[in-house]
Amino acid sequence: MKSQKKLWLFLGAALLLSLFLAGCGSNNNEDTAANETSGESTNTEEEFPETEISFLVDNQTVTDGIDAVAAEVKERYNITLNTEIRPGGTEGDNIVKTRLATGEMTDMMWYNSGSLFKALNPEEYFYDLSGEEFVEKIDETFIETVSVDGATYGIPGESASAGGWLYNKKVYEELGLEVPNTWDELMANNDAIKEAGKVPVIASYGDTWTSQLVILADYYNVHSQAPTFAEDFTANEAKFADTPEALRGFEKLSELQEAGHFNSEETSTTYEDALRMLAEGEAAHYPILTFALPAIEETYPDQIDDIGFFGQPGENAEDHGMTLWMPGGLYANKDSENVEAVTQFMEFFLSEEGQELYMAEMKAQGPYVLKGVELPEDAYPAVKEMVPYLEEGRVGPALEFLSPLKGPNLEQILVEVGLGMTSAQEGAESYDQDVERQAQQLDLEGWNE
Amino acid sequence: MLKVNKIYSLKLLIPAAIIYGLLFVFPTVMSFFFSFTRWNLREWTWIGFDNFKMFFDDPSLLIGFKNTFIFAFVTTILKVIFGLLFAVFLTSKIKTKDFLRSAIFFPVLVSTIAVGIAFSVLMHPSEGLINEVLAFFGISGPNWLGNPTLALYSVALVDVWKGVGIATVIFIAGMMSIPKDYYEAIQIDGGNKFDAFKNITLPLSRPATNAVIILALIGGLRTFDLVWAMTGGGPGFSSDLIASIIYKQYQAGFYGLSTAGNVILFLLVALIVFPIFKMLTRKEVDI
Repeated sequence: MKSQKKLWLFLGAALLLSLFLAGCGSNNNEDTAANETSGESTNTEEEFPETEISFLVDNQTVTDGIDAVAAEVKERYNITLNTEIRPGGTEGDNIVKTRLATGEMTDMMWYNSGSLFKALNPEEYFYDLSGEEFVEKIDETFIETVSVDGATYGIPGESASAGGWLYNKKVYEELGLEVPNTWDELMANNDAIKEAGKVPVIASYGDTWTSQLVILADYYNVHSQAPTFAEDFTANEAKFADTPEALRGFEKLSELQEAGHFNSEETSTTYEDALRMLAEGEAAHYPILTFALPAIEETYPDQIDDIGFFGQPGENAEDHGMTLWMPGGLYANKDSENVEAVTQFMEFFLSEEGQELYMAEMKAQGPYVLKGVELPEDAYPAVKEMVPYLEEGRVGPALEFLSPLKGPNLEQILVEVGLGMTSAQEGAESYDQDVERQAQQLDLEGWNE
Repeated sequence: MLKVNKIYSLKLLIPAAIIYGLLFVFPTVMSFFFSFTRWNLREWTWIGFDNFKMFFDDPSLLIGFKNTFIFAFVTTILKVIFGLLFAVFLTSKIKTKDFLRSAIFFPVLVSTIAVGIAFSVLMHPSEGLINEVLAFFGISGPNWLGNPTLALYSVALVDVWKGVGIATVIFIAGMMSIPKDYYEAIQIDGGNKFDAFKNITLPLSRPATNAVIILALIGGLRTFDLVWAMTGGGPGFSSDLIASIIYKQYQAGFYGLSTAGNVILFLLVALIVFPIFKMLTRKEVDI
């Protein structure tokens, strides 16, 4: 028995030690970066009382444009924007949800539009902007993604972006290739690129989210061939695995893998590695969202003009379209004391002057969703290649803007398909299962008996 | 029977009991409750055993059980073996003993996340130091973290590297408490070093061995941070552990399901560790 006591002592001491150490790790990631602006003009203070609004934004979003607008707002209305940074991705979603549920949300927040936003129960937490004049400037397509039951909660905080294939024009020129309009042409191009000793397509599974693009960017093709898929999928009446048009995306990923079109060391290749490989012409294609363009420009300013864009092609050359991602939005906290200041900020943000200030800092990643605002002359060449799609209406929103269903394991499942660990069919089946779990857990209509 | 006078009033327990109750007992009981619900932090619906069924039905969740067992047992066995060897070495008469003891303990003090990030750089298939060294000797190293069959074991090795210091220290403490007389006795009987290890050191370090096994097993079954920093459970799901799966469910906002996962993990640790603990302590020898 004596030794048993000793063992308990060991365990107890170890437990105490670990508790003590855990207690030491303080949690302090709420860095508040106040915008430093010199408030020279004193007359504003008489007109407008000094107000500070807090603003929560994820660390993936470039805020240079918003900062520029905020500096002017400070000058004019004596409103200071205090930016708080949070992580992006699902971890960030969790922070947002927790802060909303506990009443700790900032006065204004940045968040996705579409299904992710609607999953937050907006009517509980956000201020209805539909009475404000400035909302009329926004395109209907965007309004839909931030509205619930006739109430509008958000304004666009950036330009829309597209999901598709970035390609290196120099590689295309060197090998005498044409931009493909069907999937078969794309595969033929890949063969030629491989022949020439370059990487045809980059798989960057070091950042698992990038694995999703071949499926998500294929949605224009699904939508044009099976227009009711989003609706049926949401209502538990259609599955990826048994809808041939939807399964096609999984098959395309699998075909790229089987043909050996991916780089080696996929699982150690990160998003940054991929941008380098594409910019330096080591690889020809990268299926990704066009928000990669500012990132390429920042690191490889001399190569940004070599980068082009095309939508993920389907079977029909006449119907080669692109899949559009609606911009992230700005939302006002309903319970904030500074709602007026926030709407004041939003009004100026959407005003012509505000947009000019914004665009001086930020280039468009895709079309703007404000009425009458065209792509500026100095847009990235890749963005200019979107114009024909937009003019001819060969554009459709991504599935996440049409359906609240998005299984959390999609990226891992697609890594498995992309590495050839599972087949396209198996991948689609396990994604359907993942979606079913999400729908049941979030208690969506038609999924819990 | 001696009647012990109570010196302190039971009232003095109240502050501690309140803190313990509020921060430990209450959340624990609540987590059992919420594991039977569908819960979005604001409202809940009672759904009985559905969450548990979901956890055991789904292959992508089930793989976590297999991996967790492999991980816990591999790391435990390796920590016992290496801990024992290092302890024997570090209790012998060598000059740099003190320095080596600290060197072996040092990884324990480093943040697990930092270790994870450092090793995922070292284990990079072409640019990592490990494979560069192997290449120098003409060996082409594997893709440590990118190969689905290897990833889990690579993480397990790093866990052993990081955790072996604690095991060694516990073994050293155990061995130091063995009286010198026994070793003198075996010398007089004509036994060599190996006999001394087999017949004295090993059986008399039993309490230390048991502590190491129990601690390593509990730690292994609950591991999360290292695997999250190194592979995020990937490639695909090949190195997912129960804890990393729970975290992913939680991230996705499936609060009921992830709470159920935690209850399962709690029961699993208890079910594995208690019988082993009972079995091990029965065989201990008193010094």
